[in-house]
Amino acid sequence: MLRVEDLTVPGLAPISFEVGAGTCLVIQGPSGSGKTLIMRAMADLDPVNGYIYVQGREREEMSGPDWRSLVRYGAAEPGWWAPVPRAHFEADAQVDRVVVALGLPNTALDRPLTELSTGERQRLALIRTLSGNPKVLLLDEPTAALDKTSADLAEELIKFQLRSGKAVVLVTHDEGQALRLADQWLILRNGSGKVFRR
Amino acid sequence: MTYVSLSNFDLVIAAGLLLINGALSLAFRLGLERSLAIAAVRMVVQLGAIGFVLRFIFAQTSPAWTVALALVMVIAAGREVWARQTNPFKGWWTYGLGTSTLLFVGILGTVFGVAGLIGPEPWYAARFILPIMGMMLGNALTGVSLALETLTATARRERTAIEARIALGDTRLQALQEALRQALKTGTMPIINAMAASGIVALPGMMTGQILSGVDPVEATKYQLLIMFLIAGTTALGVLIATFGGVYLLTDERHRLRLDRLAG
Repeated sequence: MLRVEDLTVPGLAPISFEVGAGTCLVIQGPSGSGKTLIMRAMADLDPVNGYIYVQGREREEMSGPDWRSLVRYGAAEPGWWAPVPRAHFEADAQVDRVVVALGLPNTALDRPLTELSTGERQRLALIRTLSGNPKVLLLDEPTAALDKTSADLAEELIKFQLRSGKAVVLVTHDEGQALRLADQWLILRNGSGKVFRR
Repeated sequence: MTYVSLSNFDLVIAAGLLLINGALSLAFRLGLERSLAIAAVRMVVQLGAIGFVLRFIFAQTSPAWTVALALVMVIAAGREVWARQTNPFKGWWTYGLGTSTLLFVGILGTVFGVAGLIGPEPWYAARFILPIMGMMLGNALTGVSLALETLTATARRERTAIEARIALGDTRLQALQEALRQALKTGTMPIINAMAASGIVALPGMMTGQILSGVDPVEATKYQLLIMFLIAGTTALGVLIATFGGVYLLTDERHRLRLDRLAG
């Protein structure tokens, strides 16, 4: 599904790995080791050297927006551009159902973002990242601001995405979560990355 | 009515009013004394010089002199656009965008206004082309500078939101929609305000000049209206071109936000 060859991001030796459909690669390493840079590079948000393929097609073969519709990045600090969450979603009844499934009040989509807690905004951002029909999900610490119950619900949602055949690349500092979700790990240390399989 | 000539002594007395600015700066420790002095000296030297330059050019028959001075005005205006940016694009991009935009709208507005509407004989007469082009450039310069400054400042401030949209598959124009709207609004606001205030709060400079030199106020008003319409049109066009140009410079062909292209 996702194949990365000789990806070069600042401060890291070239990295190659592959993530199959329905599997999860967890990226771990100390702060500043380049986890987010790799995620951004895969989402084609920064100009980098190297090749990235999804379903056999290299990113240069399609436009940036088309690529990012397939390879969806959810940043650790989600950005918002309208006063209420609903304005950030396409009209889709399923969004309301997922909001409730993640333990959010059903009014969450229509309340001003300034009135929502960090955890509520993070769950909404996760739902937004999953919306549409991306093939690859790049999730950068999607549960960092959540309590245990909310994090478990978010994790269930990620598992559901895996079961539906999506490839997931996850950055997390939660060892338990990494063990529950990972099929393989990319460990970043001392300027290089090494892949380990389960 | 006759034209009343000013003596140099009159100007010296009027210049004494700058002491108010100086006193204000000293009293409130604004630190503007140096800038004030430089700006005042620049103004006197620049206006003094342009008086003699225009007198020389008006006496020439070749339009080459007019073109040469018009180009100098455009180049100076382009530099002013660059100088007014907190974070200009690296290299020559801001200067190039500002200068090319002002060159285009300056020529378009001036030729349309002078050749198409006023219709002097010959249409390229320097005493029509240069003052009108100067007014076009001065106003378009303000609009373009404000628009570019707003665009880059908003893009820096709203980076997270803009990149969130890009990450969701939006194009650069969709992702920068809000910054673009803010830039267009800020860039065109001064001329809208100037139009709204004209005639009630203030008599515009050109009209005042014509009235002081003995022209019938109704005739002066017609000229002023024509100039205001030209300025409004060219400023809006300049702001539009510069803002879209700025969006393209702030992003790349893969629709990525490229704040690394800004200096500072």
